[in-house]
Amino acid sequence: MQIKESPDVYDVIIVGSGAGGGMAAKQLADAGFNIAIVEAGPFFDPADPKTMTQLKWPYESPRRGAGTDRPFGEFDMAYGGWQIEGEPYTHTEGTKFNWFRSHMLGGRTNHWGRISLRFGPKDFKGKTRDGYGEDWPIGYDDVKPYYDKVDKLIGVFGTNEGLPNDPDGFFLPPPKPRLHELFYIKGAKKSGVPVIPGRLSMLTKRINKDRGVCFYCGQCSRACAVYADFSSGSCLIFPAHKNGGKIRIYVNSVVREVTTNEEGKATGVSYISKDDRKEYKLKGRVVVLAASACSSARILLNSNSKQHPNGLGNSSDIIGKYLHDSTGASSACFVPDLMNRKTNYNEDGVGGMHVYSPWWEDNSKLDFPRGYHIEVWGGMGMPNYGFGFNHNAFNKFFGLKTGGYGPQLRDEVKKYYGSVIGFGGRGEGIARKDNYCEIDTTTVDQFGIPVLKFNYKWSDLEVRQAKHMQDTFEEIIHNMGGEPIWGGKPGKDRDYGLETPGNIIHEVGTTRMGNDPKTSVTNKFNQLHDVDNVFIVDAGPFVSQADKNCTWTILALSWRASDYIIDQLKQQNI
Amino acid sequence: MDRRESIKALILGTGAIGLGLQGCKNVNDDPLLNQEIAVAETYFGRTPEELERIEELNEEQLFNEHELETIAVLSEVILPPKEPFGGPIEADVPNFIEFIGKDMPKLQYTLLGGLMWLDHEANTAFGTDFKSTPLEQQKQLLDPIAYYDAEIPMKVQSLGIQFFSLMRNLTLTGYYTSELGIKDLGYQGNQPNVWDGVPQDVLDQHGVAYDPEWIAKCVDQSKRGVIAEWDENGNLLT
Repeated sequence: MQIKESPDVYDVIIVGSGAGGGMAAKQLADAGFNIAIVEAGPFFDPADPKTMTQLKWPYESPRRGAGTDRPFGEFDMAYGGWQIEGEPYTHTEGTKFNWFRSHMLGGRTNHWGRISLRFGPKDFKGKTRDGYGEDWPIGYDDVKPYYDKVDKLIGVFGTNEGLPNDPDGFFLPPPKPRLHELFYIKGAKKSGVPVIPGRLSMLTKRINKDRGVCFYCGQCSRACAVYADFSSGSCLIFPAHKNGGKIRIYVNSVVREVTTNEEGKATGVSYISKDDRKEYKLKGRVVVLAASACSSARILLNSNSKQHPNGLGNSSDIIGKYLHDSTGASSACFVPDLMNRKTNYNEDGVGGMHVYSPWWEDNSKLDFPRGYHIEVWGGMGMPNYGFGFNHNAFNKFFGLKTGGYGPQLRDEVKKYYGSVIGFGGRGEGIARKDNYCEIDTTTVDQFGIPVLKFNYKWSDLEVRQAKHMQDTFEEIIHNMGGEPIWGGKPGKDRDYGLETPGNIIHEVGTTRMGNDPKTSVTNKFNQLHDVDNVFIVDAGPFVSQADKNCTWTILALSWRASDYIIDQLKQQNI
Repeated sequence: MDRRESIKALILGTGAIGLGLQGCKNVNDDPLLNQEIAVAETYFGRTPEELERIEELNEEQLFNEHELETIAVLSEVILPPKEPFGGPIEADVPNFIEFIGKDMPKLQYTLLGGLMWLDHEANTAFGTDFKSTPLEQQKQLLDPIAYYDAEIPMKVQSLGIQFFSLMRNLTLTGYYTSELGIKDLGYQGNQPNVWDGVPQDVLDQHGVAYDPEWIAKCVDQSKRGVIAEWDENGNLLT
């Protein structure tokens, strides 16, 4: 089989179209460069009625929203999941990492929680803070101007609270708390846990003429047809195209490797088309990887050549190392004071939390480093598959029988509707060299590309942090007069409910940045130390994760890297 | 896009009840509730592969006629119909259970085996199958399996209890995810509206109140159509 080579030469080839790839496409196309985006999945536009799930009713589906096809329910807008047929990954025995991939234009930005938190000054200087991990080669002041620009370009609601490590920004006004959130505020404050308005990238107010304004259906996980939340396609790639940008999107195209020349410089990429299972080559002056931290690491490790025998950009042997996900532990409770609710109003709200708790403790008094934030959920949501299961299980808290049948079931369903509040602690684990992904030389995917093998274990530090989360949840539940559900508080035997690595879907760190080419993969502008015309703009270059979600920082750093690429291209340095 | 059909999403419903708190009285005229959303009536956002799988499942038949009738009878014992909403049969619960049984093969033994077990019990006690037994006798069969101990994991409870719990769960989920059931429940969402806080009578009922300082920071819904502008310190000007 002959590899087909396209005669076009692009200024920049971007691999992946999620947050990092979308931002790079927007900035580089706006600057007039000729861009190719190579995306492993199909085209996707949240406004296309054929693929739209927003405002659908459960009864429009024979399975009423069950998650057989899509792990977060069949109306969730991520194609892919924890396992993708024909594209496996493996593990070192005794370790575990759950890898969530979404192959479609916009990637995981189509379904994510839109929680948009800046990293704070301490988050860039972990080693200085407590001796663990490494400092970033940049600080908050380097990124702040880009966070400001991201806020204004994409839109995020929140409030300026003047907190030292949860910086202020350019916020749209937040929505008012819902009933269960008022209960949470009361319960958390009693324990000294601060609560502030949520910070999410949904438009509670107009930011430009091209995007709509939130109409409070609570379904951001289904992607918004009026573009009132952030998805990479609707907010970055389509506007860049509309602006007259020279962008070609190659869909259903799985990148195999970055190609290089005799001097070891990148010349483009080779990819396999899912449509005809043939291999193609694209030529470009610059290659920007944005395929997700693990996928970009995989592409680089698979890009072997005479000049780069250990994989492209891997002279340090650091690619794949320092992989880390956010820590996570959860809890939920039944609150008797939330029983017997009036259902005669619509409280869908935005598709996420109207309030949350940023990290509040002083780690010098604790037995673990770094913090976590608390996300809150609850309310009278739309019934979907699973609604009404064990409908009167809370009877046990009143000494009543559980189960039964007959007309009273309707009353019981209504009595308990909207009476549950849930918490998610999302925190920072320490980046470690011995948590990594590598190429599994024994296994290829259906396209003949060697797959990733994961090796990841939490340490006692993360387990202790999870214990702190559970202790906090327990106290807040008590303060609200609630009863824990889900079998109660998980103990040491279950690592205090600490989620399996990967479950929070914040994969970062596999190509970390640094000033020393021996201990890092990219420089502080996301440029490979080894090859100056290859950049990585997903979360791979993150040195540490912070107790924040990673997307806002991916966007800020991708913009910053794009400015640098523009400058270097103009100066003809690359 | 040829199937594209524009609708005006202007139904506000009872969402307006929450608006007594602050300004923004005439939301029905709000142009932002009239943002155009295209819909395709015959899809619910499936990929071609997903549609194909649904079609394949629809080709298969899990339950025979007798079993489907038994499911229908049992579901109406579990949740008797009520005016004006109706009951499980009108909510298409038997067909929903047929589909879910095929979609989730791990449920099949409990469902198929449970139905046969129930008929066996009915035959032993009353000399007829379950669906033909009068309601009072059906209840005699169901009472021993209708309740479960919430402290014991379901998978170690008796088959009868597991079967009945599964049937009750699927009946309730099937009913409350139907158009009728959603109406019965009173759920008001899944439509464009303006969220402007919890209605005062609901706050009073549950003994909570808004903090005026917090509310002052929240969105003024009468100005959400005005393009945001900030001063250099991030203070919203519009």
